[in-house]
Amino acid sequence: MTEDTTNTISSGPPASLPASSSGAIGAPSGPRASLPASPSGVRNKPASVLIIGSGPIVIGQAAEFDYAGTQACKAMREEGVRSILVNSNPATIMTDAEVADAVYIEPLTVPVLERIIARERPEGLLPTLGGQTGLNLARELADAGILEKYNVRLLGTPLRAIRQAEDRDEFRQLMNALGEPIPTSAIVHTMQEAYAFAHEIGFPEVPLIVRPAYTLGGTGGGIAHAWPELDLVVQSGIGASPIGQILLERSLVGWKEIEYEVMRDAADNCITVCNMENFDPMGVHTGDSIVVAPSQTLTDREYQMLRTSALKIIRALGIEGGCNVQFGLDPYSFNYIVIEVNPRVSRSSALASKATGYPIARVAAKIAVGRTLDEIPNSVTGETTAAFEPALDYCVVKIPRWPFDKFPHGDRTIGTQMKATGEVMAIERTFEAAFQKAVRSLEMGGRSLLWEDATWREPEGLTRIWSLIDTPNDIRLWALMAALRRGVTVAELHQRTRIDTWFLERLACIHALEQRLLREPLTPGLLWDAKRRGFSDAQVATLSDTVQGLPDRVRELRDQWQIAPVFKMVDTCAAEFAARTPYFYSTYEVENEAIAPPGKSAIVIGSGPIRIGQGIEFDYCSVHSAWALRDAGWGSVMINSNPETVSTDFDTSDRLYFEALDEESVLEVIRNEAGGPGKPMPPVIAQFGGQTAINLAGPLNRLGVPVIGSSVDTIDLAEDRRRFERFLDALGIPQPPGTGVTSVSDAITIANHIGYPVLVRPSYVLGGRAMEIIGEESDLQRYLTNIVTPTEKSPVLIDKYLQGKEVEVDAICDGEVTLIPGIMEHIERAGVHSGDSFAVYPAINLSEVIVEQLVSYTERIAIGLGVRGLVNIQYVIHQGQVYVIEVNPRSSRTVPFLSKVTGVPMVRLATHIQVGKTLREMGYAGGLWPRQKLVAVKAPVFSMSKLVGVDTYLGPEMKSTGEVMGIDHTFAPALYKAMVGAGVISMTPSKSGTPGLLLSIADRDKDDAVPVIKQFATNGYRLFATAGTARLIRTLGLAVREVGKINDGDHTITELIRSGEVTLVVNTITGGKGVLQDGFEIRRVAVETRIPCLTSLDTASALASSLSLGANEYSVLPITEYGKPRG
Amino acid sequence: MPAPRFILALEDGRSFFGFRALDPGQSAHDEAATGTGGEAVFCTAMTGYQEICTDPSFRGQITTLTYPLIDNYGINADDFESARPWINALVVREYCTGPSNWRTNGSLSTWLGQHGIPIVEGIDTRSLTRHLRMHGAMRACLAPARSGTVAQDTDPGAWINGRTPGARAEAEYLSALAKALPVLEEQELVQGVSTSALGLVDHGTWAPFAPPPQSPHAHRVVLIDCGVKHNIARSLTRRGLDTVIVPYHTSAEEILALQPAGVVIGNGPGDPSASALATTVQTLRTLLDGPVARGRMALTAVCLGHQVMGLAIGAQTSRLRFGHRGANHPVRDVTTGRVYITSQNHGFQVDATTIPAASGFTVSHVNVNDGSVEGLAHRELPVFTVQYHPEASPGPQDNQYLFDRFVDSLETIR
Repeated sequence: MTEDTTNTISSGPPASLPASSSGAIGAPSGPRASLPASPSGVRNKPASVLIIGSGPIVIGQAAEFDYAGTQACKAMREEGVRSILVNSNPATIMTDAEVADAVYIEPLTVPVLERIIARERPEGLLPTLGGQTGLNLARELADAGILEKYNVRLLGTPLRAIRQAEDRDEFRQLMNALGEPIPTSAIVHTMQEAYAFAHEIGFPEVPLIVRPAYTLGGTGGGIAHAWPELDLVVQSGIGASPIGQILLERSLVGWKEIEYEVMRDAADNCITVCNMENFDPMGVHTGDSIVVAPSQTLTDREYQMLRTSALKIIRALGIEGGCNVQFGLDPYSFNYIVIEVNPRVSRSSALASKATGYPIARVAAKIAVGRTLDEIPNSVTGETTAAFEPALDYCVVKIPRWPFDKFPHGDRTIGTQMKATGEVMAIERTFEAAFQKAVRSLEMGGRSLLWEDATWREPEGLTRIWSLIDTPNDIRLWALMAALRRGVTVAELHQRTRIDTWFLERLACIHALEQRLLREPLTPGLLWDAKRRGFSDAQVATLSDTVQGLPDRVRELRDQWQIAPVFKMVDTCAAEFAARTPYFYSTYEVENEAIAPPGKSAIVIGSGPIRIGQGIEFDYCSVHSAWALRDAGWGSVMINSNPETVSTDFDTSDRLYFEALDEESVLEVIRNEAGGPGKPMPPVIAQFGGQTAINLAGPLNRLGVPVIGSSVDTIDLAEDRRRFERFLDALGIPQPPGTGVTSVSDAITIANHIGYPVLVRPSYVLGGRAMEIIGEESDLQRYLTNIVTPTEKSPVLIDKYLQGKEVEVDAICDGEVTLIPGIMEHIERAGVHSGDSFAVYPAINLSEVIVEQLVSYTERIAIGLGVRGLVNIQYVIHQGQVYVIEVNPRSSRTVPFLSKVTGVPMVRLATHIQVGKTLREMGYAGGLWPRQKLVAVKAPVFSMSKLVGVDTYLGPEMKSTGEVMGIDHTFAPALYKAMVGAGVISMTPSKSGTPGLLLSIADRDKDDAVPVIKQFATNGYRLFATAGTARLIRTLGLAVREVGKINDGDHTITELIRSGEVTLVVNTITGGKGVLQDGFEIRRVAVETRIPCLTSLDTASALASSLSLGANEYSVLPITEYGKPRG
Repeated sequence: MPAPRFILALEDGRSFFGFRALDPGQSAHDEAATGTGGEAVFCTAMTGYQEICTDPSFRGQITTLTYPLIDNYGINADDFESARPWINALVVREYCTGPSNWRTNGSLSTWLGQHGIPIVEGIDTRSLTRHLRMHGAMRACLAPARSGTVAQDTDPGAWINGRTPGARAEAEYLSALAKALPVLEEQELVQGVSTSALGLVDHGTWAPFAPPPQSPHAHRVVLIDCGVKHNIARSLTRRGLDTVIVPYHTSAEEILALQPAGVVIGNGPGDPSASALATTVQTLRTLLDGPVARGRMALTAVCLGHQVMGLAIGAQTSRLRFGHRGANHPVRDVTTGRVYITSQNHGFQVDATTIPAASGFTVSHVNVNDGSVEGLAHRELPVFTVQYHPEASPGPQDNQYLFDRFVDSLETIR
């Protein structure tokens, strides 16, 4: 940073700064920088702005950026600025044609962005709303001189601030200049160097951590609190490191982790939106931490000390918009350190927005185009402005949602690498109630805080509990409760975990109530206390003898005793001003603020936390359903628990309830919306919130709630294997032989009868959880014992596994007419979960006969089932014969994709049907919608590098976290862009020049592999292969380098991958545990070195064919331009 | 033993039901057990309850904190804003036992109880706040439900919802008592909170905030105490000012005898037009017309001081419907257009339209939310006042620069 800026920041109070000084801070300094930002105070609103989205959903970058980008586009519209949006993720609201003025669904790469910029000539670039992806691209565009070339102004965050926040050295320099403390560390080789550093940072008052370089799992490391100890630990560390090098770092173990969300405008006005305190002390990634807002254990002095620091930092960075600052705070002094600064909208800011009602992304976007905070209305109150700090009168708890229910064998410990796919948020008037509500919102198979693992009840249970408490992991919060139940004290828990005793006392409070519920008869007073502390009816029923374990009975008692939740408003101002935005949460208090307005309304059940198998697509559908209700003249009421989403934005629906998506919570909202007991309940739409919503349809229906759309009976018919089999038989539509079984012996009999391989899965799940292809009886035994055991209540489905082409059809039906927007063909043959498959619209390899058959089957099934709204059907084409694999009477993952490429507003039509319209009334005749003159390819995106220990091979169980779309006039460029968007290949050539392909092909795939190998060779790939595959390649007359398999005790293969010579791995599996294990290592190494690894030959084949395309032979056009006649 | 049941009854007949919050081992039979009356107000600051309780401006008030979880971090030896708590009662949603903070050396309820001040919890404080927002701050009685009159053994939910037999009648009785309380305008609140004699201020440092650079000249300033917060005094001494604190009724002559370069009049409770403050108004007039007009003295004022100054220059003050109490109020500096987040605690305001043009004063700061006057400044003389609390405590530190501005203005004094 320049001398000039340093003075500006450190000298004197803000008011003494001339108005232009902030402009001086904000002005880029480097020669590479884009044009200087407008001097502050001078309005220089751009006519058009390019907004970069964050791309596919991956761990660490989820739906929060769809929310941010959508808000930004809306803000641009309000400001009269033309918005140009680019994102590769089709499952987002932001990529809807009506959200931005020009929407590009294209890969997020520099060449593509340059073409968009050249075409659209935006005046400004807003890079702060697309997460790290957006920020990185902005920097690359600036570095490549593209912003300068096209005269594009970087808005919001100056380039220098991006560097200062990202680059370790620049960050350090800035913080030093500001006098803000940062974590200190040094690389040392000798005892002398260690002493020098220890003196420098104030050892032994400050303990030191020793981390030896290049040792596995931290061998030889340790913590030193005193001089003799330091000698010992440093020497052993240097000894343990093969290169005699250690990292000495100030220990922050047990420090509090606190975050501030701050905003600044060009006039240098600064505010704090919210602060947040992590339940878990330092050491756990904030994305994987339980987070509470506002902070709970900070006195005003501590709160203001950190607030002042955060504002100082945003001023120094010259950010015009939002910024997130993370602090570590010593629990025993005023010492703190700045851990990290995110000069952009982040996951935390999405959480802060939902926690406070303050729309950070919207305000940030407006600031970026020149508005000041006091000019931006507070749209929640309608009377005040954005220049204030929200006051909360409730407690907010966020809990991450981890994918370990799908990957039980993955490494479940959590630390500095984020592993959660999503999160939930709960709002209540006490911490206890908010915490319990958040736990229920996780939708972990109905787990409340009462859940305990069966092994914890064994004699050695407490040891197991302690091990889960000592190292953070996804089930630690349950382990903490379990320990309290076993007499462990708050003091002991604090000593072992360093979790603040305030939080532990609250858990102890929950435990004390559990004890009362167990021991005392249930009285109105006890039940009231339990509800005030967030106990669900189901928890009360489990604990209290009075109600025979029946949640319904608890509800009846509540009705009898007049114990009902009320709904309070989230209004940004703790009721100081009247608010007009109806954003509510439930609580047990006196006054109800959510009085249902007159007029008809319907309730849309959202999809809860983002998890593998139930991603942002269902939020997209929920949002569109709410919008469609409004268009149809109905009030829309949204219920959801996910703070990252557009559906929980305060202006998406007419009324928003931030609630857990369980039977009790949803029913209470419905009862409130009815306007009182005995009044007619508003209808519920359960079709768009994924399996979460569909699973609620039955229970709600049983309670007398009208579920509109496909009936509960339709849902049951599609899910109940035996009923469905009879149904298809009656229609004469074939499905692979198989059935649902309720016992292990039946399963074995059936499998032997239909013949292996068989596909097995539990019923009523989404995302193929626990779905496997099984080749022999012993494996089936293992599955039925270890994975899913069939019972009378939850049968296991066993089907003949038919290898063939998989096809997916989404349709809309009003009971009489069925509209099929499109047919999607999978690139991988059946066996890979549809969510993990590449899929193409329109289907390109299907004969007219097959297409006709698919249409006819789909129509017959939809009408026969009595579908009202959407239905998704998966087919396999095996030896020229069409079989039905699965029918889902709800919206599917492909709905946003298909809606965008076909132009059929699928959710809108479905919603209108549900409130009484017909397709014909809406101008749709039914049948197969005309094929668009374009090709769109959906590619799955994985987050495997974040999940240690998880195998990456693709099978029937879904593993991807997100998707991208490649769209073009023809197949090859569409596929190419999908591959690029998904990160399988790069648009820019690799540094070494020659790409390298490592092949390890299973014997049964070797014939199919030949053309693929040849094509890669033609495309200039150097070939590497394991022994068998290498033999095959040599017979083709191609050069190949043979590498030993890992099982041979030879590590060349991993070394090769790590060397960078290999840019792609193709590894297919034979089945059989040994080979699978061998491949596992190869696949993990590839993932960890970020080299794409394909496990299906079909994908590899498609990739090879797309590679022959020249670098620029693809189109870059707004989504609406594809399919139009080309001139 | 169950917590004693308390009723908060407002003068307009609205009532709320809660429980006395007690720390483990704390006696329920202390001075605080008997109940109290006062003006019901709400404060939206999310931190700083200890500072709020000890801010003399809250004297005589039954203060509701809108943030629902209170006593999370206990109380400590440093965060007092005066020698004792001044509120009449604290109303909260949830009193959290087991406070946690490294500086904690006591619990809020025990400490307030020692001063005869009850905390009542369990009340739907959001509902109460909404009521006060819509109907204005008003007189209220907070008292235990008498055992002969109100059933004591019904369930807590029924109690909180006002369904306990006898509860409504008892609330009506208390409401009638509230109506009989003197209105705020008639109360003389400043007398009790001001220092009784002249004294030197030594408030020392204020961790964790670094002391500002010391002024090269150790100016003497007089701080007129109408119930001033420690941090105003501290903000002066931290800047190296030789600060003498004087009672609110000190005359101009007595002040001049101290030969100060500047005078600061601080915050305090109640109505600025209360008769007790007439002397203070007169003192300010004399100073303004004399040494200040001659460029011999700088003057600044905070909160109640600002209102008193308004009266001294001939403007009028009036009551706000429910006041400004919190740490998030945006204030615009009308000369620069800059917006500052401020800490506020006041129920009265200077009426902008009544500021005499001849006074030489203009409105320097306005509240962004409601446009009310937040500061006055003289066109030429080194006099400025602010309605909000630049000393914060609790609240944002953003406005400490005003003390620097005051120090700067001292430099201009001949």
